[in-house]
Amino acid sequence: MRRSVSAAVLLAALGLGIAELGAGTGNFTASAQQKPETTEVKIDNFSFGPGELTVQVGTTVTWTNRDDIPHTVVSTDGVFKSKVLDTDEKFSFTFAKAGTYPYFCSIHPKMTGKVIVQ
Amino acid sequence: MAGKAKDEIVHDHNHDGIDRRGFLKCMAWAGTGAFCVMKGGVLKSYSLSRLPEIGAAETAGELSFVQISDSHMGFNKPANPDVAATLKAAVDKINALSAAPEFMLHTGDISHLSKPEEFDTVEQILKSARPKDVFYVPGEHDVLNDDGKQFLERYGKGSQGSGWYSFDKKGVHFIGLVNVLNLKAGGLGTLGHEQVEWMEHDVKHLKHSTPIVVFAHIPLWTVYPEWGWGTEDSAQALAYLKKFGSVTVLNGHIHQTMQKVEGNVTFHTAASTAFPQPQPGTADSPGPMKVPADQLRNVLGITDVNYVQGQHALAIVDSTLA
Repeated sequence: MRRSVSAAVLLAALGLGIAELGAGTGNFTASAQQKPETTEVKIDNFSFGPGELTVQVGTTVTWTNRDDIPHTVVSTDGVFKSKVLDTDEKFSFTFAKAGTYPYFCSIHPKMTGKVIVQ
Repeated sequence: MAGKAKDEIVHDHNHDGIDRRGFLKCMAWAGTGAFCVMKGGVLKSYSLSRLPEIGAAETAGELSFVQISDSHMGFNKPANPDVAATLKAAVDKINALSAAPEFMLHTGDISHLSKPEEFDTVEQILKSARPKDVFYVPGEHDVLNDDGKQFLERYGKGSQGSGWYSFDKKGVHFIGLVNVLNLKAGGLGTLGHEQVEWMEHDVKHLKHSTPIVVFAHIPLWTVYPEWGWGTEDSAQALAYLKKFGSVTVLNGHIHQTMQKVEGNVTFHTAASTAFPQPQPGTADSPGPMKVPADQLRNVLGITDVNYVQGQHALAIVDSTLA
């Protein structure tokens, strides 16, 4: 008797744990094979495209410089900062927390962009 | 009012005689340097290429120097696959002058990617120039990745802050400024409070008759803010120069020559020794202009002259390698 109660409590606790995990990741489904999402931003003609991007938490965003001039990708709030990207070089950052992340090119500060993480 | 050489554009404020079409027609790309002469306290700028035609008497003065800019050593894209060759061509022009200029100013973007070997190459090429002294200010391409530490180590001896300084030559006061660091999102070039205050102190004790030459990479006047071609706090800095009768501002960054006179201040931007950039607003972006090789010499030297108010006529000639 005592043993079966313990098992029930344990099962309940496990269930709760799974529920909490599901709430934490937002779109959790038991059968889904979790693959990290990736999204591209292209740097072309002294601008970020798309200039504003909305992604899920955990998404990796990759910027590629397609200009003949070097650029950088620098978070306005100091969250991320690329090295200088020469032509065709890339920079990636994985967004682990929800929020709005404005960024700019520190060489050409008129170039600005934003990543919204949900 | 026509100049002695057909390519010289003399601008008389009282008789607007600028022949812009003629000016553009004689432009040819491949930037080189500007030969600057201080004469009677007023700076005149001449094309290195056209100097032999203009003649020594016309270009004689109390002090002469050369401004070169935007060498972008390391750049190898179609707009100019050999930036070392075009810099060497500029040096050849300097060395062909009958009288060697006192020194050279390099108004930044010495390198393309701030690599040590890029700076080394430029220094090596400039060693073959007859003027031995070169005064540098950094462009944004010279301070990548390290907030200008390398630039300061190489060229910052005796400078203040992030590399600004002043010096005197034959009664002319030269001020080298840094406006390519700590750039803010959405903003323009920045001098910063510390540098502006230093400049106020630096000129405080000078006589009003002292000719002043200020040089910095990004234009200290707003050429085209949409492309970041201006400096946020330049007005504050220039306000400290209001008491002086002759102020000349020399900039690079925009890879084309432009001039403007505003009150006591004459602004000049220099061509690049490396590659052309489009006239403001005429392209999607200020990226390098790619043109067929056979047209390369005819595309640049885009010049715009805006005169607000001036006290004296200004002679301007664009600089080309043609």
